[in-house]
Amino acid sequence: MSDTLLISTRKGLFTIARTNGTWDITGVDFLGDNVTLTLTDPRDGRHYAALDHGHFGVKLHRSTGNGWEEIAVPAYPPKPEGVEEVDIWGRPLNWSTAKIWALAAGGPDENGVIWCGTLPGGLFRSTDHGQNWEMVRSLWDHPLRKKWSGGGADLPGIHSICIDPGNSKRAWIAVSTGGIWFTDDAGANWALRGAGMRAEYMPAEQAHDPIAQDVHCLAQCPADLSRMWVQHHNGIFVSSDEGQTFSEIKAEPSTFGFPVVVHPREPDTAWFVPEIKDEKRIPRDGKLVVTRTRDGGKSFDILTKGLPQSHAYDVVYRHALALDDTGERLALGSTTGGLWVTEDQGDTWTCVTHTLPPIYAVRFAS
Amino acid sequence: MATVVFTQNIQRHVVCPDAKAGGGTVREVLDNVFADNPQVRGYVLDDQAALRKHITIFVDGKMIGDRARLSDAVGDTSRIYVFQALSGG
Repeated sequence: MSDTLLISTRKGLFTIARTNGTWDITGVDFLGDNVTLTLTDPRDGRHYAALDHGHFGVKLHRSTGNGWEEIAVPAYPPKPEGVEEVDIWGRPLNWSTAKIWALAAGGPDENGVIWCGTLPGGLFRSTDHGQNWEMVRSLWDHPLRKKWSGGGADLPGIHSICIDPGNSKRAWIAVSTGGIWFTDDAGANWALRGAGMRAEYMPAEQAHDPIAQDVHCLAQCPADLSRMWVQHHNGIFVSSDEGQTFSEIKAEPSTFGFPVVVHPREPDTAWFVPEIKDEKRIPRDGKLVVTRTRDGGKSFDILTKGLPQSHAYDVVYRHALALDDTGERLALGSTTGGLWVTEDQGDTWTCVTHTLPPIYAVRFAS
Repeated sequence: MATVVFTQNIQRHVVCPDAKAGGGTVREVLDNVFADNPQVRGYVLDDQAALRKHITIFVDGKMIGDRARLSDAVGDTSRIYVFQALSGG
């Protein structure tokens, strides 16, 4: 059970701690700077923080025990002379890290291995706690990678990375927009997965093309790897075969949203934060709710207790809903600076603060 | 040798005092500066070694024209200013 949260915001990294049953802000780092994502490595407790300094580029920092140190940031290889690449809008695609969008620890047998997903689509791997990074060229050079495209962002990006805890060579990643990809040889080869997902925004003949799927977030149950949940651009999808095939799920008040988390031991239990629809990204009727299924998506609870139910226009990004390793505590942070915590799987929520800067990511720090 | 002056705004993130370095082009001079202070490189250049968007360089009062290769000529007594636009809310 974790008593600490790391909150990545537009204006700094906030630490929230539980003391005597109350959650409070206990620290802030990088105040004034744009912190986009953190990772706490469960193998050694080190924290990693991704910063976006805008004009000065993306940076990565690692905790030292009494502060932070800047470490190497994943860098794209030199683009070969004569290679011209444009995005789907016809603009030159710069081979340069535009955003760190996913950070994941390697398996328990791979001390020091960290995976990093970026915009414009590069996947990187470090074997020395982020001191050095190497691009996974097999994915970047895959001919289908050039069919990835930007969705809400201008550029395509890797936002979800799932590592098989029992076999570190097996990994799944998800791309917006570019579907779900799987490797079983530590990234040497990749296969596109995700049959059964449906992209309603595409022409009919391409709607079911796995590479056309705008996966907003991919979550896998650690205790049952066959079960994967997807919050997609136009719906919720669930898989029972490690992402090879998916079924679409219906839910009220909506199936549009960004994050999904799955219980660590109960594969049928998952949480979502719905918004009206892609062209109207606000909670329905101004009521912020969390939806929870306990039966694999057959039914959903709409959780409201403690969440604002009037004139709430909070958007919860894909990394801003977190679940701790007990499956009991969740936390969510919103674009309007609200932070809520629950200790009973979402039945009741407590507002920690509603005055933070826009929140990009919420993570429990074990 | 040319003198390189970095914007104060970078120095909030990374130490980069004024430096003197040799070289016949902006690229050569900056490469020499970055050899002594490698952390600064990623704040000024992107992964393809081009000037980052919204960062610019003036050599003796004139904005450089080659942002990709940094081939603009530099004299022995040139002053090179590295600075950026500020924006955001």
